[in-house]
Amino acid sequence: MLEAFLLLAAALLAVGLYGALSQQSVVMVMMGLELMLNAVMVAAAAVWFHTSPHSADGQLLVLAAMLAMAVEMAMGFAVTIAIFRARDVDVTDSAGDLRG
Amino acid sequence: MAEWTVFVVCAVAAVAAGAAVFRVDSMARATFALLASFVFTAVPVLLLDLAYLGVLIVLMMTMEMVVMAVFMIMFMMNPAGLMPMTMVHNTKGALAISIAVFCVLAAGALLVPWPRESAPPPADPTLQLGEAIMGDDMLVMMVAGLVLFATMVSGVVLATGRGRYDRYGDDLRGRPDDPIRGGVGR
Repeated sequence: MLEAFLLLAAALLAVGLYGALSQQSVVMVMMGLELMLNAVMVAAAAVWFHTSPHSADGQLLVLAAMLAMAVEMAMGFAVTIAIFRARDVDVTDSAGDLRG
Repeated sequence: MAEWTVFVVCAVAAVAAGAAVFRVDSMARATFALLASFVFTAVPVLLLDLAYLGVLIVLMMTMEMVVMAVFMIMFMMNPAGLMPMTMVHNTKGALAISIAVFCVLAAGALLVPWPRESAPPPADPTLQLGEAIMGDDMLVMMVAGLVLFATMVSGVVLATGRGRYDRYGDDLRGRPDDPIRGGVGR
């Protein structure tokens, strides 16, 4: 059963990675990242249940992934608003010069 | 057997909804497809006896996707999908990388001899989590609180178009040069 959960997590992560790599819209890229973090939550919950249910570390990892999703979305939208205000841009290809 | 059936149905639906996010024309539909994917993913988490975290995923993602739908309608060119459009780049490369990553992860999931715990899971995982974050692992929640606070502050700073320093100047004195004056004209 653990393997099935990990396969589900792998599929979700792969789909999210495809979206994060292929989409031009900033918001769609964020959706891909959210799917990848969702995969982390599923995998952490399954590993906790099947390998170490006596410790709460796996549940804490799920909470941390959820926190990362909230922060990613809040900061992503803030950056989207800032760049839209400054340049009227909402696609990644038009902001390539911001590359580090 | 029933649990396995529910898991398989929800897993397939979660992946299908996740893939639909990047296939539909409408960005509003993409948002709700992502919400469906999260809800279908929460069901397997509930099957692992994680009632609190599973419900939290559903509630948090529902609110998050509603906010995201509002942003879609605000910013995106084609929120309703009334005309077909593609906003993608390097789809073949992204697909190849994604398939390769899935193959590597699936091989790891199937080939690694995962340790198995013979002891039964705790009777109340929510109690276990609560005792952890209020006890030995309190630092995690304290850091989480600071991170969320810093996110709120920096998010507002980034999203604010004209702050008080833009309106009043560096010394915060004088009258603001707002393009549309507020108040009731007195």
